[in-house]
Amino acid sequence: MLPPERDPIAPAAPEAVTIIVDGIPVSGVAGQSVAGVMLAAGRLAWRTTAAARRPRGVFCGIGVCFDCLVEVNGARDVRACQRIARDGDVVAFQDETLPGGAA
Amino acid sequence: MHSDAIVIGAGAVGAACARALAGAGLTVTVLDASGAAAGTSGQGEGNLLVSDKLRGPELSLAMRSLELWDGLQRELDDELPPGIPPLEYERKGGLVVATTDDGAAPLLDFAAQQRAAGIDARPLTAAEALDLEPDLNPAVTAAVFYPEDAQVQPVNATEALLASARARGARTVFGARVIAALPAASDRLTGVRTTRGDFTADHVILAAGPWSGEVAACLGASLPVRPRRGVVLVTTRMPHRIFHKVYDADYVAAVESDAASLQTSSVIESTAGGTVLVGSSRQQRGFDDALDLTAVREIAEKATRVFPFLAGASVMRVYGGFRPFLPDHLPVIGPDPAVAGLWHATGHEGAGIGLALGTAELLRDLVTGRAPQLEPGAFAPSRGTLAAA
Amino acid sequence: MTRVAVVGAGPAGLAAASAALRAGAEVTLLDAAAATGGQYWRHLPPSRPAAREARLHQGWRDFTMLSRAVARHPRATVIAGAQVWAVEPCAFGDRAPTLQYAVGDADGSDRDVRTLSPDALVLATGAHDLTLPFPGWDLPGVFTGGAAQALAKSERVAVGERVVVAGAGPFLLPVAASLLSAGAEVAGVFEASPAGTLAAGWASGAASVAAMPHKLGELAGYVVGQLRGRVPYRAGAGVIAAHGIDRVEAVTVAALDADWRPIPGTERVIACDAVAVSHGFTPRLELAIAAGCALADDFDKLNPAGLDGLDPAHFDGLNPAGLDRLNPAEPAAPRPWSRFVAVDDDQRTSVPRVFAAGEVTGIAGADAALREGGLAGWLAAGGDPGDRRVAAARRRIARYRGFARALDAAHGIRPGWTDWLTRETTVCRCEELSYGRLTDVLEATGSRSIRALKLATRAGLGPCQGRICGRTVESIAAARNGAPLDGVVIDRRPIAAPIRFSELARLPHPEERHEP
Ligand SMILES: Cc1cc2nc3c(=O)[nH]c(=O)nc-3n(C[C@H](O)[C@H](O)[C@H](O)COP(=O)(O)OP(=O)(O)OC[C@H]3O[C@@H](n4cnc5c(N)ncnc54)[C@H](O)[C@@H]3O)c2cc1C
Ligand SMILES: Cc1cc2nc3c(=O)[nH]c(=O)nc-3n(C[C@H](O)[C@H](O)[C@H](O)COP(=O)(O)OP(=O)(O)OC[C@H]3O[C@@H](n4cnc5c(N)ncnc54)[C@H](O)[C@@H]3O)c2cc1C
Ligand code: FES
Repeated sequence: MLPPERDPIAPAAPEAVTIIVDGIPVSGVAGQSVAGVMLAAGRLAWRTTAAARRPRGVFCGIGVCFDCLVEVNGARDVRACQRIARDGDVVAFQDETLPGGAA
Repeated sequence: MHSDAIVIGAGAVGAACARALAGAGLTVTVLDASGAAAGTSGQGEGNLLVSDKLRGPELSLAMRSLELWDGLQRELDDELPPGIPPLEYERKGGLVVATTDDGAAPLLDFAAQQRAAGIDARPLTAAEALDLEPDLNPAVTAAVFYPEDAQVQPVNATEALLASARARGARTVFGARVIAALPAASDRLTGVRTTRGDFTADHVILAAGPWSGEVAACLGASLPVRPRRGVVLVTTRMPHRIFHKVYDADYVAAVESDAASLQTSSVIESTAGGTVLVGSSRQQRGFDDALDLTAVREIAEKATRVFPFLAGASVMRVYGGFRPFLPDHLPVIGPDPAVAGLWHATGHEGAGIGLALGTAELLRDLVTGRAPQLEPGAFAPSRGTLAAA
Repeated sequence: MTRVAVVGAGPAGLAAASAALRAGAEVTLLDAAAATGGQYWRHLPPSRPAAREARLHQGWRDFTMLSRAVARHPRATVIAGAQVWAVEPCAFGDRAPTLQYAVGDADGSDRDVRTLSPDALVLATGAHDLTLPFPGWDLPGVFTGGAAQALAKSERVAVGERVVVAGAGPFLLPVAASLLSAGAEVAGVFEASPAGTLAAGWASGAASVAAMPHKLGELAGYVVGQLRGRVPYRAGAGVIAAHGIDRVEAVTVAALDADWRPIPGTERVIACDAVAVSHGFTPRLELAIAAGCALADDFDKLNPAGLDGLDPAHFDGLNPAGLDRLNPAEPAAPRPWSRFVAVDDDQRTSVPRVFAAGEVTGIAGADAALREGGLAGWLAAGGDPGDRRVAAARRRIARYRGFARALDAAHGIRPGWTDWLTRETTVCRCEELSYGRLTDVLEATGSRSIRALKLATRAGLGPCQGRICGRTVESIAAARNGAPLDGVVIDRRPIAAPIRFSELARLPHPEERHEP
């Protein structure tokens, strides 16, 4: 994330939130999406595809591609780019292996 | 152009008929107003069931069809180009459960009658049911396991049957809507007029699913086929937690019912793609395909009663179609009583995928004058139970 | 009092709400996003007000004025975080369709499920990026232009340190500009249409474009202002592959001919850690289709004279319903890239009491969306059609339609793009369907049914429900096997967003659903 003091639009001082991503605390700024917090922390991918087991993260950023799905506080299929991060949210990565592990 | 037989409709039933007739050496042309599996066969599920049937002609047809489905993939392996998707045939077995005290006794009675008719129907204790399906509602009051229940992916099955028919010399013409009978020199149907020209044939097989009534009318025949709407809910992909086909015991009552009003029951299963299909409703409301949230809500509620964990699952899609419904709940397979040269293979309601192969075999035998494997009388379009309708 | 519901709080929806309030209506404005503003005015959350937010936006003053006026109005209810997930047409046609929506955390599990049956409805659901597949586009680090834009504007996060921007259309420029503003380096902007096409396309709309100094000024402003000297811009070039193991490390850029075919020998590899690619926009049609609104797939049909008493045959092959309404004759090849909600000069759709405005009705930018929204909101509320502002708005909108045409002529997708695909290229991202598999199935089945093709290939069956791959698959199928015959529109999604079983179970029973 662009440091606010260097930001030409001069945003107000950020208020921190901390979420638990795959067991590890990650800090972000209040009002950010879960995806934004993870991206700003340097994580580009979090989901693994069902068939080819490939990494995925944000693609469309506006809630239409569903590539960024994560589990938040035990509920699956949450679009990380749409969900606003709340302090203490527990984010887990979804396991999507196909039945029988077949491709 | 002339062929021995024209099949109207490239759904599962038409595709199976085309393949069977082509296999008997006839030249076959399949005509469809739209594309392959663009009708009901692309709008339903692919359960091949005995668990919802009782002794009678439909059970015989279902059992013969199951036998044929079981051997189909092997037959097709050599015939088909690699682009044809797999049938996804799987004999995964069906588990019927009652979740209320009132539902328990009728389910067990029904299973006892089925056993007498030769169906493998095994009553289970709640603990045994939970062994098969660990996420099942532990409050089940009765459960019966049907190891013979199987499934296919209906669109893939239709495409495979059609491709196989083509490999046997049949021709498919898409975008050809049948609009009239060809003016006949004799009292026999000699072919059909379509939006893509005229086609002549010695035999015309009507397999136009829920539209069969309309098509019969434009060919000068009368067939009381009506649409019966059904919707299915599809969840997002989830970890594999449902291993068999699981139904609540209301299902059988809904199938057998004549009521026009909405009826729902749960038919729950996971697919090869990792999603879960939750069906389905039955409702007579013409060809109205508007979303009916009452049906959706009821299906969802009942499914959650069977599998409580589904409460947190997401529905990402609903789809539905129109089952080709006949008032006496039996398909018509055989010659039209009034129009010579016209044959019917339709009216399978909610079992047209399951019954497609047996239907095609019987129709082929009747058209080619072979001794049929099954007693054809019960399916005859001339039967008395249709006359009143 | 007329009760007007507006879905979508972008430029079109905000303008509709404000005009409907002016006309005296009671207005409910719903948007799934956490804040109003739509795609155009994505901004920092209220918890982080920025002193100079306006720098990131065109027309920021319009936004602050509109959104304040609407939010503070006593007859307005503005609900953000309101996902409309289904629309039920009114059975008797005497009311607008009923909206089913869920309010709460995005994709949460205990959202509040609510129902709204307004007298009139304005659909202003906008559009999302249309990104054509290319080898490697499924690698992490490949984003749509909109993603780069949204993260930069509303989170101040740059998607990479060194970013390549590519695709087609004037939208690439604001994407590059906001990447710069968020601290990224932009390694280049690559516009697929060659200079000749651009010149001819924009000249075709010269009259209408010249009449819009603001719009042109905006484009020119970006090029000469923020970007000049900092960002290489090339027309007639595109990203034809992204490379990397688990994330993007480089892209191949090639020169494209007028049909967007890569010109052999022109490939060049550019190192980067992110790519932002958009080839246009896809309107979000699902609510309009569920409401029963007719669609149109070319600019002439989009605005047929007098849509009232519309002849459904006019829209044959595009009807959202099934077989029974199928066009008997062979339909002309569809133009899936340019399929929108059909509206008349008053922004009325084919369904009584339903209006549509903004990018669901055609891609012409935010100014057009504002005007269309204003007209739709005014008339939906029963505002006087003889008001002089109505006539003025109609004239402006007619000019914007010329602009939309020119935009399409200059930047519209050309058929040669499929040349950059390989058999292994993913086409459907959700279901991981490859281009090779798709063409094998098309070849073996001769399929002319979109419904059957989806089920046979799984294209469009994943969680995005064909939003990303749908039009691509449709156009590949039509190019190979001829236009689909089943009348299935891939944008038909009766469930417009996933809804949980637990939420469905809380839906009011029908007998409780009748409102006073
Ligand atoms: C929700 C739902 C769930 C279901 N689940 C199951 C299940 O689990 N198991 C099962 O066995 N069955 C199931 N069914 C029933 C099954 O789908 C049908 O019985 C079966 O698809 C009927 O196949 P068909 O070939 O007769 O008709 P269709 O598949 O409808 O094919 C008829 C074809 O005729 C064409 N046609 C129509 N008019 C004309 C014309 N004038 N000229 C030329 N062509 C024309 C149409 O384009 C269409 O392609 C279900 C149905 C629904 C709706
Ligand atoms: C990501 C993105 C960024 C863009 N940035 C720029 C830019 O910087 N400059 C530029 O000139 N153009 C930009 N555009 C083009 C821009 O879309 C239009 O010019 C303008 O925003 C269109 O306005 P609209 O009101 O029609 O739709 P939008 O602004 O897209 O607004 C539609 C709104 O409807 C809501 N919505 C949709 N479906 C539902 C539903 N089912 N339930 C509830 N709410 C729903 C959405 O959340 C959205 O807020 C961008 C487009 C995208 C996709
Ligand atoms: S990135 Fe597309 S839905 Fe989140």
